[in-house]
Amino acid sequence: MTPRALLAVALLGAALPALAGEIATADRRSGYDFMSPETKAMQDDDTANPAMLSVLDGETLWTTKAGAANKSCNDCHGAVDVSMKGVAARYPAFNAASAAPVDLGQRVNLCRGQHQEAEAFAPESRELLALTALIARQSRGMPITAGGDPRLTPFLARGRELFVQRQGQLNLACANCHDDNWDKHLAGSSITQGQPTGYPIYRLEWQGMGSLQRRLRGCMTGVRAQAFDFDAPDMIALELYLMSRARGMTIDAPAVRP
Amino acid sequence: MDSMFEPLHLSRRHLLQLAGTFASALPLITVRPARATPAMLASAIRNVVGEAHVQAGKVRLDIPPLVENGNTVPMTVSVDHPMTPESFVKSIHVFNEKNPQPNVANFFLAPSAGRAQVTARIRLADTQKVVAIAKLSDGSFWSATVDVIVTLAACTEEMP
Amino acid sequence: MAAALVNVPAKARRGAVIEIKTLMSHVMEPGYRHTAAGEVVPRDIITSFTCRFNGAEIFRADLYPAIAANPFLSFFTTASESGKFEFEWIGDNGFVATASAAITVE
Repeated sequence: MTPRALLAVALLGAALPALAGEIATADRRSGYDFMSPETKAMQDDDTANPAMLSVLDGETLWTTKAGAANKSCNDCHGAVDVSMKGVAARYPAFNAASAAPVDLGQRVNLCRGQHQEAEAFAPESRELLALTALIARQSRGMPITAGGDPRLTPFLARGRELFVQRQGQLNLACANCHDDNWDKHLAGSSITQGQPTGYPIYRLEWQGMGSLQRRLRGCMTGVRAQAFDFDAPDMIALELYLMSRARGMTIDAPAVRP
Repeated sequence: MDSMFEPLHLSRRHLLQLAGTFASALPLITVRPARATPAMLASAIRNVVGEAHVQAGKVRLDIPPLVENGNTVPMTVSVDHPMTPESFVKSIHVFNEKNPQPNVANFFLAPSAGRAQVTARIRLADTQKVVAIAKLSDGSFWSATVDVIVTLAACTEEMP
Repeated sequence: MAAALVNVPAKARRGAVIEIKTLMSHVMEPGYRHTAAGEVVPRDIITSFTCRFNGAEIFRADLYPAIAANPFLSFFTTASESGKFEFEWIGDNGFVATASAAITVE
């Protein structure tokens, strides 16, 4: 970085006000609200939404037998539109076996290990994104309920702590942009509130599907911080906090985002 | 791009620098190859129309004037001309000025189309002109040109 | 087989102009990008799309690297008789994918 850029970053750090706190419930807006009419149209039409290709993939995987147990998701759960309705809205959820929250992707992989006796899907693999997209779609239009379980309280607190903690060479906390400056722009892009209503998403920038974890890693790289590893406890805590922060907002998965 | 800025409690110069560090923070994929030049654009158009005269009109090219991400830009091209066996739009050719190569797509229509309209999603590496040329069954060529502003994403990331 | 989403109305009135929408899952790697190590990622795109109705070509497209990943194409046709639409995508590295959809015209 040039000295000039360093100076600019230092000034930015000094100029930002103290944390203004959480966004009032009435002021919350999903990423969808910030999008252009064209991008909204792409999401709104299931026959034009590229994320639906992943859902289609997921439908095939749902009924495909896998692992030593030779069982499909469908063999245990039955029809996805019945059994998975509302499930994504309450994830990350508390997993008693590990006494910690797991996100939807981890839940799928726990199922694969325990019930299908199959290998876990890799983070951001086509299969994991397809199954989570299919499952998330079954909660479309439903309010987010994540974070209500009292056993999650310490993990929520950790997530909040991470959200307001400055990090990286730019020394920015999530909250500096997404609580305090969400009505502004950074270059040509809207600074959104970071409400994770539509994951996994089809991101135009990626030209493909990605999870909330991938999006968060992108943000961390953006502020020049060391990104959390996929599935790291802090990553899950941050996901949990973000979903709980969006509680009551409507799921619009699988969403399209710029 | 200036109109997109709303200062974050500090001067525009600092913000611009911050935006610059975001955009250039990563080593990666945005290394731009040599771009199509206006000469290449002209030559690509010549390959389709030959020596024929291209008239402005009849063609409508809908692209958002300011796109959110140049990787996926919705585009609709339509031609105001009947589609009958006697007189119809035979093909529509789309070109750009500054991508690495000037061709975007060629669409070949049948009179049975009923409506000469095609939608696709395209990539635009930079702010540039996009040109659509329609060939009618009588051999005439018609065109539309639009200017599209492509903003760079604030935060990019490495190729997975 | 790569995932494809094809949308054609199941029924139409004779003479009606209908819209056909297609989405094909494909990376459309343009051949101009570099990895962090500086190597060019080789081109891997769909180069051609064809739609036939009852065997006759009704729409065709040549695609270039400037077409976005997971190509979306929509176009129109006149419903003349009941029958079958067939869709074919052809691309680099031997890529071929097909899909079909039936329509009843009344």
